[in-house]
Amino acid sequence: MANAHSSDTAHHDDHHDEPAKGIKRWLFATNHKDIGTMYLVFSLIMFFIGGAMAMVIRAELFQPGLQLVDPVFFNQMTTNHALIMIFGAVMPAFVGLANWMIPLQIGAPDMALPRMNNFSFWILPFAFTLLLSTLFVPGGMAAGGWTLYPPLSLQTGDSFPMLIFAIHMMGISSIMGAINVIVTIMNMRAPGMNLLKMPLFTWSWLITAYLLIAVMPVLAGAVTMLLTDHFFKTSFFNAAGGGDPVMFEHIFWFFGHPEVYIMILPAFGIISEILPTFSRKPLFGATSMIYAIASIAFLSFIVWGHHMFADGMPVAAQLFYMMSTMLIAVPTGVKVFNWTATMWRGSLSFEPPMLFAIAFLFLFSIGGFSGLMLAIVPADFQYNQTYFVVAHFHYVLVPGAIFGIMAGVYYWLPKWTGHMYSMGLAKTHFWLSAIFVNVLFFPQHFLGLAGMPRRIPDYAVQFTDWNMVSSIGGFAFGLSQILFAVVIIQCARGGKKATAVVWEGTHPTGLEWTLPSPAPYHSFTTAPEVR
Amino acid sequence: MAQAHADAEKYYVPHSSPWPIYGSITLFTLMAGAIATLDEWLPVWSLIPGAVMLALLFIFWFHTVIGENQKGMYNMAVDRSFRMGMMWFIFSEVMFFAAFFGALFYARSLSVPWLSGHGTKIFTKLLLWNDYGGAWPSNGPSTLGPRANGSFETVSALGLPAINTAILLTSSITVTIAHHALIAGHRTQLKIFLALTFLLGFTFVGFQAVEYHEAYTELGLQLGTGIYGSTFFMLTGFHGMHVTLGAIMLTVIWFRVMKGHFTPQRHFGFEAVAWYWHFVDVVWLGLFIFVYWL
Amino acid sequence: MSVTRGDNDDNSRPRGPAWARALCLAALGLATNAGANTSNGYNLPLGVTSLSRDIYALHMEVFWVCVGIAVAVFGVMIYALVKFRRSQGAIPDTEMVHSTKVEIIWTIIPVVILVVMAIPAAKVILMMEDTRNSELSIRVTAYQWKWQYQYMDAGEGINFFSTLARDSNFARQLHSGIDPATVPNYLLEVDKPMVIPSGTKVRLLLTSQDVIHAWWVPDFGAKRSAIPGFVNELWFRVDPGKEGIYRGQCAALCGRDHGFMPIVVDVRTPDDFKKWVEEQKTAVKQAAAPASDPPPSAQLLSTH
Ligand code: HEA
Ligand code: HEA
Ligand code: CUA
Ligand SMILES: [Cu+2]
Repeated sequence: MANAHSSDTAHHDDHHDEPAKGIKRWLFATNHKDIGTMYLVFSLIMFFIGGAMAMVIRAELFQPGLQLVDPVFFNQMTTNHALIMIFGAVMPAFVGLANWMIPLQIGAPDMALPRMNNFSFWILPFAFTLLLSTLFVPGGMAAGGWTLYPPLSLQTGDSFPMLIFAIHMMGISSIMGAINVIVTIMNMRAPGMNLLKMPLFTWSWLITAYLLIAVMPVLAGAVTMLLTDHFFKTSFFNAAGGGDPVMFEHIFWFFGHPEVYIMILPAFGIISEILPTFSRKPLFGATSMIYAIASIAFLSFIVWGHHMFADGMPVAAQLFYMMSTMLIAVPTGVKVFNWTATMWRGSLSFEPPMLFAIAFLFLFSIGGFSGLMLAIVPADFQYNQTYFVVAHFHYVLVPGAIFGIMAGVYYWLPKWTGHMYSMGLAKTHFWLSAIFVNVLFFPQHFLGLAGMPRRIPDYAVQFTDWNMVSSIGGFAFGLSQILFAVVIIQCARGGKKATAVVWEGTHPTGLEWTLPSPAPYHSFTTAPEVR
Repeated sequence: MAQAHADAEKYYVPHSSPWPIYGSITLFTLMAGAIATLDEWLPVWSLIPGAVMLALLFIFWFHTVIGENQKGMYNMAVDRSFRMGMMWFIFSEVMFFAAFFGALFYARSLSVPWLSGHGTKIFTKLLLWNDYGGAWPSNGPSTLGPRANGSFETVSALGLPAINTAILLTSSITVTIAHHALIAGHRTQLKIFLALTFLLGFTFVGFQAVEYHEAYTELGLQLGTGIYGSTFFMLTGFHGMHVTLGAIMLTVIWFRVMKGHFTPQRHFGFEAVAWYWHFVDVVWLGLFIFVYWL
Repeated sequence: MSVTRGDNDDNSRPRGPAWARALCLAALGLATNAGANTSNGYNLPLGVTSLSRDIYALHMEVFWVCVGIAVAVFGVMIYALVKFRRSQGAIPDTEMVHSTKVEIIWTIIPVVILVVMAIPAAKVILMMEDTRNSELSIRVTAYQWKWQYQYMDAGEGINFFSTLARDSNFARQLHSGIDPATVPNYLLEVDKPMVIPSGTKVRLLLTSQDVIHAWWVPDFGAKRSAIPGFVNELWFRVDPGKEGIYRGQCAALCGRDHGFMPIVVDVRTPDDFKKWVEEQKTAVKQAAAPASDPPPSAQLLSTH
């Protein structure tokens, strides 16, 4: 258990730095907290934009027939909803949390490379301006799905290079962010904060950062090949020239599968911080939790073929990808069981972070189970490209990644602002979200099994009922998210003073709780000693 | 274990910096120029503003960093951060090349054989590409490329590529000699061997340009020459860009040496560029073996 | 055609405000009967081939295993949530930090469960991929946005396109004002279905002329991508006695009208199928001008 004894000296430090005034504070920022805040605000905006697109999807799918948008626009919404949620909402939110919390948790003065830190952030608004502005160019936004499969994606109009370069920029940003995380963790830990004492959130981010550095460049390579196939006559994905459209799928999913774990591992870390706090006992099996994350990360590199079973692959490859994919359930299971054991014989209380964490446990597991079903190759032939897949990944992404983020925000918000937020409002937000996310996504399992393909703007009439249920759930879930913004804004503006510890309970690992709330602008200018 | 307290001074955190936001605008401008060019909204000169801004970005940003370094604001912990950062940056570059090597291996051992009926894909040949033999090097069943008869020739490994291999390997040695000279404090030797290194680098790029010219004009080998042309030019092209960049960086380092920068103990800038140079060298070995030779 | 087992032409769906129906159904946890296939509206169809039944069996097996695990794990969680509440005076046991023994147990047990699930799945995979000894091959070519069926073997010479039926096509236009519920088999009807004999091992040779599509009929347990420049194989054998109309849809995003390229398969008895083949062949001969073949794939593909 890490405890900092010099914590009180840390902030009585001699330095006089105050944040710069006005807009310069944000434009020229080097402070990890400022940058973290910008990341978080940015990702919330993106969540709303991506969510608005999802609302268009759900509105059109409310009943059969085309009422609101034409098929091309529908496909544009699907494609960009996914790109924005993944690259604009979830990933930046996690980077924002990393920025805020990693230096605080390990007792570092800041991120290791502060200028580069700001660079990684500021690329994003430009990248997404580029992506969103494709709405206004001839041919409209990209509409080939977020997976960008050629030859379809090559049919994109003038927005094609905009899409590619936006992805390049997001990639550059992610790689720089990941480098910063790794270097901070490996080089900036307070004395005594050895790797095994390191808080689980930081651990999960360390491994996530390795995944990012390994796969974002591969995505960059893949989209570069798309670009040259489109503009410079190369034949990577063109059979006539000896290439293969399926080759893109391999390269894409070599990135894409680890990417989905990039979107869940930091959430695992957050849950591993929250459950012990509100169970008032240490995380069960902390070491095996770390090994589990590492094994998931390792396995994530060898399972990508499970997205492509229906594209035709040799039997041996099908068997290999099926088995390796199924194996991921084992370390993930270890995590779920250890979390359960953490609550076992604890003394549980149900503040908003804990509520979200508990919902995560149940609903992520449901998403994991459907993932396991998808891994069974013959069955995947029926599930593939249906709403069953949509249900699977929204279960792991929305009540998984998004709830993880929300849990983290509710957990650390008082530490950031120095105020407690409205517990009542936050709990309302939780209950509305937890109920409607199921109304929204559970029926999609039925739709998929009954044979409704994904990525269609209109459907046969027998799918009407469940679609209506899902859409109603969608609107209600979407509206509930407004509460989230309200709670955050209120809390930033004022409220009951938060104590240094914020949550009474045991705080097993991170050093963030040794600092006052709000955490001082410069946290650990002299490193605390960890016993 | 690396620990921040090992050093007396504090870890340097800059107060604020205009370069990141300027850099973001630069990237955006550069990409906007590229988009305008590719979509034929504007002629190629639309790339110029971004390119100029990019050059300035490097100058400004590194000027700041070098200045701070010369003022002794960086302790050993900062130095370590830079080192680790550089290492992971190089690793990300390795993965970028891995994507293109992956494409090459995929084409050679999967897609081209499949198109010619191997494995489970016999009907691919029978129904679609009946006359395709599928021997590597290949520009595909439709023999894409500039020549009317669809033929093309490859660059022989024994000509310029072999010379270029020798050049790069030599340059790796010269940069190592320069490094040892720096540590030993032999500044003249350092200057000579460092200069030699980047001269070799630029020579390599020059030869590569000659080779490209020949490929385009005489061999019928272009980017559009099927999968062979695609993998050949994308791999060697990105490598060539990295060599150019590396050689420029070596040149900058050389000027810094001339100005008296770097001490035998602290010379991260030099080392970073040397690592980068070795990385470029190793990629070339992969290229030489898998693109030119085998 | 007499038997329409997989079909559900009736539009006798309950009337009334759709949202009200949806809410009732949600409350009851039910859905109306499916018209696309033999699915009951919320589960996989059992289907009409040995493969589709094997898949169904696998699906249910894995599903129940997951339900079992979920009941156990969620049960423990819920018990903990109820039992160990601080508001009920629960005192935390802070010594309970780890136990190598239970951790090994809950690593091994899932491995065993997974292996047990993987073995039958592997068997089905091997069967699915065995396209040998097929009795009828049909070359299926996908286009944006229609299917072309070219018969080989006994049906040599039969060659036609299959596109979305006209009434569906009218109704599906934006603001068409036509209620989809009034259109028979809305979006699941074509102008000319593919016809195959029952009890026969049919092999499809799938390819595409533009982008990736996927041929899928849920009742056959058959889905495979149609990839430009490559040929994928797929087989099924519809059980004798299960003649009828079976429907599916393109299952890979292929652009604007991806949602509007259905697949309809008319399964007939071998004798009826023979008659159909004869009819088609005479029709082909009578047609003065031979049906123009699509241009050789090589040409189309080389210009991208
Ligand atoms: C956060 C994101 C995330 C996560 C964590 C996962 C986790 C998993 N996913 Fe998912 N997946 C996606 C995001 C994610 N996925 C996305 C976005 C797509 C679609 C992309 C697209 O096409 O657009 C997708 C698609 C996808 C497919 C392809 C489907 C298709 O297109 O046909 C498959 C197939 O195998 C799959 C499998 C799995 C598996 C086995 C896991 C496992 O990691 C799950 C493991 C967890 C558990 C199993 C539950 C907890 C465990 C226990 C309680 C222990 C005991 C359990 C057992 C022994 C069973 N996923
Ligand atoms: C992290 C990733 C993420 C997240 C968070 C979400 C969140 C949501 N997603 Fe999506 N989704 C994907 C990733 C994600 N999704 C991916 C990868 C795909 C596949 C794309 C492809 O096929 O290429 C996909 C596809 C997808 C589809 C299938 C489209 C198709 O196949 O055609 C649908 C359909 O229902 C859907 C719905 C939703 C909904 C309703 C939410 C909701 O959770 C969103 C809720 C949020 C808000 C609504 C915003 C906040 C509130 C407001 C802005 C207030 C205003 C609200 C109202 C007016 C009601 N998503
Ligand atoms: Cu054809 Cu989708
Ligand atoms: Cu995956």
